[in-house]
Amino acid sequence: MNRQELRLSRRALLRRAGLFGLAASASALLGACAGQQATPTPAPPAASPTPAAAASPTAPPATPAAAASPTVTVGPAAGEIVIGILATLEGAFALYGEEAVRGVELAVAEFGGAIAGKKIRLVKESTDATPQVAREKARKLIEQDKVDCIVGPLSGDEGLALRDYAKTIPDKTIVNGTSAAQDTTLRDPAPNFFRFSTDGVQWMAGLGTYCYQVKGYRRVATLGEDYSYPYSQVAGFLLEFCRLGGECVAQFWVPIGTKDYSSVITSMPSDIDAIYVILGGSDAVNFLKAYAEFGGKAALIGGSSTIDQNVLETKGPLRERVIGIPGAGPVAADNPDPAWKSWVEAYRKQFPQGLSTPSLFCWGYYVNAKGLLLGLQAVNGDLSDGQKKLQAALAKVEFDGPTGHIKLDKNRQAIANNFVTEVAEGPNGTLYNKLVKVVEGVNQTLGLPEDKYLSLGSFTRDNPTCEKIKQTFGS
Amino acid sequence: MSWPQFVTVTLNGLTLAALYFIVAIGFTLIFGVLRVVNLAHGSLYLFGGYLGWSVADRTGSWVLGAVAALFVTALAGLLLQLGLLRRIHGQELREALVTIGVSIVAADLMLARWGGFTYDFSPPEVITGGLRIPLLDIGYPRYRLFVLAFAIALGLILWFVLARTRLGITVRAAIDDRDMVAAVGIDVQRLFALMFAVGAGLAGLAGVIGGSVLSISSGEDARYLLASLIVVIVGGMGSLPGTAVAAVLVALVEQYSLALFPTYAAIVSFLLMVVVLALRPQGLFGRPA
Repeated sequence: MNRQELRLSRRALLRRAGLFGLAASASALLGACAGQQATPTPAPPAASPTPAAAASPTAPPATPAAAASPTVTVGPAAGEIVIGILATLEGAFALYGEEAVRGVELAVAEFGGAIAGKKIRLVKESTDATPQVAREKARKLIEQDKVDCIVGPLSGDEGLALRDYAKTIPDKTIVNGTSAAQDTTLRDPAPNFFRFSTDGVQWMAGLGTYCYQVKGYRRVATLGEDYSYPYSQVAGFLLEFCRLGGECVAQFWVPIGTKDYSSVITSMPSDIDAIYVILGGSDAVNFLKAYAEFGGKAALIGGSSTIDQNVLETKGPLRERVIGIPGAGPVAADNPDPAWKSWVEAYRKQFPQGLSTPSLFCWGYYVNAKGLLLGLQAVNGDLSDGQKKLQAALAKVEFDGPTGHIKLDKNRQAIANNFVTEVAEGPNGTLYNKLVKVVEGVNQTLGLPEDKYLSLGSFTRDNPTCEKIKQTFGS
Repeated sequence: MSWPQFVTVTLNGLTLAALYFIVAIGFTLIFGVLRVVNLAHGSLYLFGGYLGWSVADRTGSWVLGAVAALFVTALAGLLLQLGLLRRIHGQELREALVTIGVSIVAADLMLARWGGFTYDFSPPEVITGGLRIPLLDIGYPRYRLFVLAFAIALGLILWFVLARTRLGITVRAAIDDRDMVAAVGIDVQRLFALMFAVGAGLAGLAGVIGGSVLSISSGEDARYLLASLIVVIVGGMGSLPGTAVAAVLVALVEQYSLALFPTYAAIVSFLLMVVVLALRPQGLFGRPA
């Protein structure tokens, strides 16, 4: 009897302990999931100097500076410039992170791995696309690895977090990766945060007009993940589409990481011409698959990451579902510009394991890294004086990138070309984004008067509406 | 919500529940018998998915891919149990940390081998395509119904094995009182290894079955670990009917909220877990501690 009781209480204790542990781990995981795509695990320990290097299977031998050798040097040695790369090298956005690192390495290789005789050393750090982790990892790069500058981050909310972090480290410089939430530079910008890539609104330039005038769509619904970057993308599309007289009849915002879209698809109104979809990575693949399986009838319009090259290279029977989908973004795979062609050549040569054509993530990190390196070159690698000289030089950097001329506006935000595309099948069976139209010199307000544009307010899940756009700008 | 929409969303919920059940059942079996919270369960799911895809791609047979996933992940689970977990049996914190460690290493290894691409399966044509549901005149993907049927069959087989066979009796006895089972002369270590292999194999099989409903990509491991955790916490650890009921509950709640108020869908699932934990800390079918 006594033993029985003892055993029972022990079991009770065990069970309670087990449940407690479970709840704790579940809440830790929940934290990781709620903010963004789940990472496989809690963030990797910061013990190893470059844990990200191990996760990236693409460390190219071509760039000595980027060699993945586990150097233990902390902080810049004499005659060295240390650049931190912040990208998602794990979890659902791992492929994007791989492309991002390639972009930086391409730019560094272009400069021979050195600026004014100073060697460039790269330190990679992985985030999970959540703002909390982005900020924490940026701090780690600045405080522990003692990097001079950071290139990154990759995702929208991360960019907003790093803009705020940048303000606390005025003597360091951050250039963006591909993070494309508009407010990062439009509202309350940081003086030491530079974005040589265009943002989510700019990436939509030309698409609304194309869909209204050429495709003849009049009524659309939108579907996007519920955070800053899709807000920018949807707004960018509606800004053109609604001014021409288009209607947006319903908007769906799903939590980040939603995998099963079947019920959202079922809830779509039936009297629409097209659905504008902005989802990333495998979420886009899942949506496209479910949409085909449930026999969706309305046409699809793709946001910049929905039909990005990363998604188009999905392994399996995706192709029938995506051919012909119009979209827009800062790159078009078959751009006839010789600068683009030679850039793609360089990419293929340096990364034989890479995609068939570089994705917008490679492009974004490339142009930002290139802008930074040009700025460093202009000041001869001089980082003294709290990087004031570098920051002044960066604001004036202008260059012809693979997609045309890039210069910065007063908020240190790129003005650059944008491309309307359509998914097509190449001669060897690969899918790519075929160029339909080039929109030149897109600025952050899409050419609209700045005061009226700013009066729209920050873009959120229910701002701007079609009516508000029509009222503000007249249709 | 209109009638056809209601039916479709309910079917979506039930088919998603089937998927959750297939993933979570291995997790709950392992916990029930070994009292190990296997936090590498998601990795086994993802490994099964990748492996099944590769085999299916080479051989052109989806079925062969599923079978390979089942057996190879079972083997991987066996190695995990015999090589690592057996040594630290009963030390819960260590078991949790070791399985977390394994999942981190596995995630990076799989990323190195299969890259960050998304993998999309092509199941046999017999079970793909659309099916018209009579009376309501709505179309529904046949594959999702197949998953539902598969989960029901799997549940029935497991129930039969647990309720009617000698092995099942031993397993149930071990869930109730391991010490006594060992005392009557049953080789508990062998039973543990077997159950771990079965649980792991089911996770791998779920990788192919589930990967064909949605897709397989880096990061899915954490998602399915979380789904399994929610399902077994709601259902009660180690309970077969609990897992089934909880899977249906969690998936229906998720799908209805995605259809009705998508923005808040994520919160609602966890709200369900909070309510269950507050009212019945041992889970719906768990026995009070």
